[in-house]
Amino acid sequence: MTDIPKDVSLPLMADTITGLYVGDSVLLHGTMYTLRDTACQRLFSVLDKGESLPFEIRGQAIYFMGPSPAKPGQVIGAAGPTTSGRMSCYLPRLLDEGLKGVVGKGGLSQEARAAMKSCKAIYFAAVGGIGALLSQKIKKVSVVAYWDLGPEAILRLEVKGFPVIVVNDIHGGDLYDEGRAKYRVKD
Amino acid sequence: MREIQAREIVRVVSKLCQEANFFLGEDVILALKHAQEVEESALGRWALQQILQNEEIARRERIPLCQDCGSAVVFVEMGQETYVTGGNLHDAINEGVRQGYSEGYLRKSIVKHSFSLRQNTGDNTPAVVHVDVVPGDEFRIVVMPKGGGAENMSRFRVLNPSQGRQGITDFVVNSVDEAEANPCPPVIIGVGIGGTAEQTMMLAKKALLRRVGMHNQDTEIAALEREILHKVNNLGIGPMGYGGRVTALAVHVEVFPSHIASLPVAVNLQCHSARHKEAFL
Repeated sequence: MTDIPKDVSLPLMADTITGLYVGDSVLLHGTMYTLRDTACQRLFSVLDKGESLPFEIRGQAIYFMGPSPAKPGQVIGAAGPTTSGRMSCYLPRLLDEGLKGVVGKGGLSQEARAAMKSCKAIYFAAVGGIGALLSQKIKKVSVVAYWDLGPEAILRLEVKGFPVIVVNDIHGGDLYDEGRAKYRVKD
Repeated sequence: MREIQAREIVRVVSKLCQEANFFLGEDVILALKHAQEVEESALGRWALQQILQNEEIARRERIPLCQDCGSAVVFVEMGQETYVTGGNLHDAINEGVRQGYSEGYLRKSIVKHSFSLRQNTGDNTPAVVHVDVVPGDEFRIVVMPKGGGAENMSRFRVLNPSQGRQGITDFVVNSVDEAEANPCPPVIIGVGIGGTAEQTMMLAKKALLRRVGMHNQDTEIAALEREILHKVNNLGIGPMGYGGRVTALAVHVEVFPSHIASLPVAVNLQCHSARHKEAFL
């Protein structure tokens, strides 16, 4: 872990991704798109029909998140990550479409991890359950698609100094496995 | 007989839904601060620091601690010398949830037709309501917004009586191990032992309402809580699963007698955003 966070711009550049390692503390700046269970299903039915996605996913980062409603005067409500594992099954296909970055929390499936590595994409974790703090790092929000899904609509977010940790780098590391091995005590 | 107005139930439930989502309990804050002191992992301490900062922001700005404002689980202890007038109890609770989640700008996370359409009900109803009739004329309501991430990691198993205490310990520790980072550790582990299937899980759920770190008054059960906590914190999962010493803040075990053929155990995990608020009417 680096003590001083690295500033990383979104969308991600290939050489930026190469320079990131498991446990790196990162501040994200730029654009990412929110995605959750039901919206993933809809994106898949769009792809099945051979139509184009409601946003250009090539080179972009997605954030597994469904916010609480914004209070008057707020950009967005609480906006912390949801469990990525539920969306693991959708990742290989989204990576084929050119996805380069994922922000969420919790481990990805083995299959998703392998797909991330082969597509040279990176997985960041934000701290779960700190939606109030993370909402302050989101400067602009617009609805991209599926507003009828409420908290599961796809949003385009502009973030500034959004704190995350590298979980899966493109060199094959995994923060959860490594962290656990380091602190596990055999009884 | 003491009269309880339905509109008063609506008002109180609405208020509790909001307070629970904005204000973390003092016991949870103290447990998190203690965790920060003992955690050896730098990343783990960083996660705990973010969690504590988040608590301050939520409290100051009156915004939800977490975007997952939970299923609204409502426990009612209704003194048998009370009665509800001006409406029925369940309708009043649901109306309170509806108003609280709307006025508080809380996320509505409930879908109907859960295995097909998954259409959001739009107001976070229906609440999950548990009513106990108790002696006296008190009327207590507890609102517990329960997030999906931790709830998804619930486990239930009926052990063989021969598996005993060791079987219970192994099952609980394995449940936390398999949950990994998903339930947002450091967690509070609710454990139910005994009863019938539905009751065992209820014991585990109610165990989460206990003040964090307060042990069961029975010394044998308290010893089991200590042993499970020790083993869980040796798993190395740590805050948010980044690796570390503090995977759980506490283990709360509640028990009930069981059938001669059975040793049922339930695990209900609570994320670090351990939210519940209560009021007496």
